[in-house]
Amino acid sequence: MAKLIDPQHMKSILWLIPCLPLAGAVINGLLGRRLPARLIHFIGCASVFMAFLVSVAGFFTLLGIEEPQQRLLIQSLYQWILTGSFSLEVAFRLDPLSMVLCLVVTGVGFLIHLYSVGYMAGDESQGRYFAYLNLFTFSMLLLVLGDNLLLMFVGWEGVGLCSYLLIGFWFTDLEKAQAGMKAFIVNRVGDFGFFVGLMLLFWTLFEGSNGTMTGLSFQQLREGIPLLGTARPILGVGVATWVALLFFFGATGKSAQIPLYIWLPDAMAGPTPVSAFIHAATMVTAGVYMIVRLNFLYVAAPVAMAVVAVVGGVTAFYAATIALTQNDIKRVLAYSTISQLGYMFLAVGVAAFSTGIFHLVTHAFFKALLFLGAGSVIHAVHSNDMQEMGGLKKYMPHTYLTFMAAYLAISGIPPLSGFMSKDEILWATFNSHLPVAGLGKALWALGLLTAGLTAFYMTRLVVLTFMGSFRGGSEKEKHLHESPSVMTLPLMALAVLSVAGGVIGLPAVTHLPNLLHDFLGPVLSSHGTSGHQAHAYGLEVLLMLISTGVAATGIYLGWLFYVKRPELPAKLAARFASLYQVLNEKYYVDEIYQALFVRPLLKLVALSGRFDLNTIDGAVNLSSRVTVKFAFLIGWEDLKIVDGAVNGLADIFKRWGAALRRLQTGRVQHYLYSVVLGIFLLSVAMIMF
Amino acid sequence: MLPDHLLSWMIFFPLLGAGLILLVPKRYPTLMKLIAVAATIPPLWWAANLYVQFDRWGTGFQYVEKVPWIKDFNIHYFLGIDGISVPMVLLTALLAFICVIASWNINEHVRGYFALFLLLDTAMVGVFCALDFFLFYVFWELMLLPMYFLIGVWGGPNKEYAAIKFFLFTLVGSVLMLVVMLVFYFGSVEPSTGLHSFDLTILADQSVHQAFLKNHTIRWLCYVGLFIGFAIKIPLVPFHTWLPDAHVEAPTAVSVILAGVLLKMGTYGILRISYPVLPDMALAFALYAAILGLISIIYGALCAMAQTDMKKLIAYSSISHMGFVMLGMSVFTNTTAINGAVLQMFNHGTVTAMLFLLVGVIYDRAHTRDIDGFGGLAKTMPVYAGYTGLAFFAALGLPGLSSFISEALVLVGSFQQYKIITITATTGIVLTAAYFLWTMQRVFLGPQNKKWAELPEISLREAFTLTPLALIVILLGFYPMPVLDLIGTTLKHTVAMVVG
Repeated sequence: MAKLIDPQHMKSILWLIPCLPLAGAVINGLLGRRLPARLIHFIGCASVFMAFLVSVAGFFTLLGIEEPQQRLLIQSLYQWILTGSFSLEVAFRLDPLSMVLCLVVTGVGFLIHLYSVGYMAGDESQGRYFAYLNLFTFSMLLLVLGDNLLLMFVGWEGVGLCSYLLIGFWFTDLEKAQAGMKAFIVNRVGDFGFFVGLMLLFWTLFEGSNGTMTGLSFQQLREGIPLLGTARPILGVGVATWVALLFFFGATGKSAQIPLYIWLPDAMAGPTPVSAFIHAATMVTAGVYMIVRLNFLYVAAPVAMAVVAVVGGVTAFYAATIALTQNDIKRVLAYSTISQLGYMFLAVGVAAFSTGIFHLVTHAFFKALLFLGAGSVIHAVHSNDMQEMGGLKKYMPHTYLTFMAAYLAISGIPPLSGFMSKDEILWATFNSHLPVAGLGKALWALGLLTAGLTAFYMTRLVVLTFMGSFRGGSEKEKHLHESPSVMTLPLMALAVLSVAGGVIGLPAVTHLPNLLHDFLGPVLSSHGTSGHQAHAYGLEVLLMLISTGVAATGIYLGWLFYVKRPELPAKLAARFASLYQVLNEKYYVDEIYQALFVRPLLKLVALSGRFDLNTIDGAVNLSSRVTVKFAFLIGWEDLKIVDGAVNGLADIFKRWGAALRRLQTGRVQHYLYSVVLGIFLLSVAMIMF
Repeated sequence: MLPDHLLSWMIFFPLLGAGLILLVPKRYPTLMKLIAVAATIPPLWWAANLYVQFDRWGTGFQYVEKVPWIKDFNIHYFLGIDGISVPMVLLTALLAFICVIASWNINEHVRGYFALFLLLDTAMVGVFCALDFFLFYVFWELMLLPMYFLIGVWGGPNKEYAAIKFFLFTLVGSVLMLVVMLVFYFGSVEPSTGLHSFDLTILADQSVHQAFLKNHTIRWLCYVGLFIGFAIKIPLVPFHTWLPDAHVEAPTAVSVILAGVLLKMGTYGILRISYPVLPDMALAFALYAAILGLISIIYGALCAMAQTDMKKLIAYSSISHMGFVMLGMSVFTNTTAINGAVLQMFNHGTVTAMLFLLVGVIYDRAHTRDIDGFGGLAKTMPVYAGYTGLAFFAALGLPGLSSFISEALVLVGSFQQYKIITITATTGIVLTAAYFLWTMQRVFLGPQNKKWAELPEISLREAFTLTPLALIVILLGFYPMPVLDLIGTTLKHTVAMVVG
């Protein structure tokens, strides 16, 4: 392919990708309260769209480079930190991996910005909203493009900040504000792990290289990984495993996996486009991106990989079971997101890195679409409760049709995008070489079961929302309406992507190239191709048929439960009351965490406060009282401070207070005069001698 | 054009202003305020020039002034600055200017307030420039008195208790310092003249120490005495209980100076006096100092979370943040941690100044600082909420803002030497996020409290005091090199000297 754009030129404008949205955020943030709404919308959307155009230019630049191994553009901007042994630059790295993410973030991001114009119309703080949304886009692009671990961490926490700000966007509602706070603090717990991992990694490399590795750029890390193997194990576990696990702990926060997933369902308090953008399509996938970015590290730590795979697989299943009984449409989608993120971790855990990214991309399409569709519904119904919906098909045809595309995609119906990526994950899991025998097959079975549950709860969601008749009351029914085209156009664009997005990762059995896999190849360790080396086509087709069958069964059961025999769910719930209760209460995990962590911490806080006041400060006051008594006992009555006082410190304070009161009546001036005079005299004396 | 004797000008120019204010008749309070502003502007300009002209690669002291002062005791008027003092001088000059503006609504005893304030300014800059221990001590003591009166006269309801507590605590520290100073003086002999000396550059030369001062026990006692003296100022737990009381009672600008500048004198003193004169003890004591730093970080954060008074909360958060400085200063295997520590001294100065200014804004309006008494203020005062959000996120170490860089450098640097301590200290970032966000939520979010629905938005003057600090906080987050450049060479030298 001919070089469309000179790589050198592209390299020099990389900074535009994150900084265009930043400029939008600054303008809307500072002036948003004075600008007309139309201008705010224009700035908010155009800045992201321009970043998208630059990203597309970058994409063609990369494609124009013939040798795939050379597809890497790094723009060094300036020295960021330099303290002897520690040296970091602010530099952006565009390689196939960050390219894919850039396209998703700016492309899907632009559609969601556009949708927000309709969704947020009439809100009084639109300037603030678009400023936050642009700031998020900037942070996410910083996370993706940053060329060293600490710069990535800046983006990593920056997206957390924006998530906090946007979850609590309608902050006068205390519950929403609290949800934002919970998200930030739970993420900080994960970030603690991430940061400890970063420190451990840095010093292991620094000391292993005799002080020559002073940075954390990804190139350096890649070169330094062999040094981790030679470092002394900690508590019998290799350093590489420790670092990989610590980073993964950070990822469980950001990407809402067990044990830190608890913030994501609450995060649904934010405006729905935010849920689509941040809490489905982009930010929550940061953990997956991080692991793929550091794939060379994870490949060197097989035990950590197995942990990632198991946590991913179990989270996928676990979250899907909770999604079965929720009635809040956004909460179903939130648990569904946790579950789908679990699939992605399962993929990267079995070293199918490009497959993980594949699912990340298709999920960004169909889950963003599901959320935006749900937003369209909420916009019309003014409620999140699916029990007050139903029959919306006829009022909202565009929303319904596009929603169906996403529904079929996530349920795993071939050949939609969701089927392609999910099936690739299952195939890779089936063929994986995890350190424990049989673990791969077990995780495959779990993933397959999850696929069935997914098809079931999504069918339930679609039936309760769009089918049957409206249950929200006749008054509301009169006002039902399709959303404006500024909202439905993004839905249609995402619907096309959800249906056809799978072409970037065709299965091997088609004998067509897997575009995404080939594109990402240069960034990945060679080990990361296990899912595709075994060309057992017969087996692959068989597994495809099985998973399609499972999806179809899930849909059938959903249909049976909620259309054919709608009395069944209630019967089952009564029959298995305790199980239903546990699911409905989300396994009581929030309550357990509250009892295990939050309450003890608050007790410790109260204890510290009391200890400080009574014990430490008490000792201070006691000692001064004792001094006064002592002074009295040994007969220093003439001591000016005590001056015959017997009532302890209180008297001293009274006297000093009296002294101060005298000062207030003018003596302070005398004091001042004397001090200033004294200093003048000293200065004069100094100059003279 | 810069005058000769630049440092002397920077120190004494505010004092000239103080002298002038005393001459102004009582009926012209605004004139006094204008004089006070005018007295802080030239030092700020000189400080800016100092920043530009300071030789980043120079290893010795710069802008040195040295004249004999009290000949009988070989005491010199000896000034000079290195990479550790420059950021502190900058910070002091900036905060002095901002605080005078922030004090505009002082209407009682205007003359006394501004004269004392400028006197305090002189003493602070003096401490950061003095290279003769005696001169250092004089400036150190000179700070104490105006501070005492500023809290005791213009403070809140319980000001007398707070002022005397501040005074007594600091006095204990001063006495310890005085004793150690005399031990240093009599324990050393300047070879060229055969005289005892207070000159810190001479005392740092271990060969001038006499047998008495070479004695291990004496050195140990000296180090601990000096350390406690400085630890009271920082303050490290358990010497900290004066700070919350002093802050609660002090007027806004005095709190700003107290937290922004005075606390740094503790860590500055350790770097300037303890390390150079007793480097072997610094090394021997490092682990304990790191543990004290850790305790301050965690305990300060826990206590902060227990507070309901905004000023107390910020006071405890200062204790926690200064713990990072102590931790970073106790690492001698690399220069990253100590760079982070000194950067943190500067960053904490700007961030905490913002925090106290912000509390002042709300206290001036509502006359309460009770965290639980507000709610929904972001609706009432959105711009104010924006500034506070920035300051809170800076204080909780959000990447992209200045404190993150310094805390990250401290943690990364300390990890090499103290694994367990550093990992425990890192949990502090979770606690800090928790108490700041919790405060944010209780004060600014949730339903609007009708009681405060009419509070006026932040004024132009108030915004003027906050904006420069906000810009610095953002700039140093993305580009900390302006400060790291200043301090790097000196700190490399400091670490090399301690390690020996």
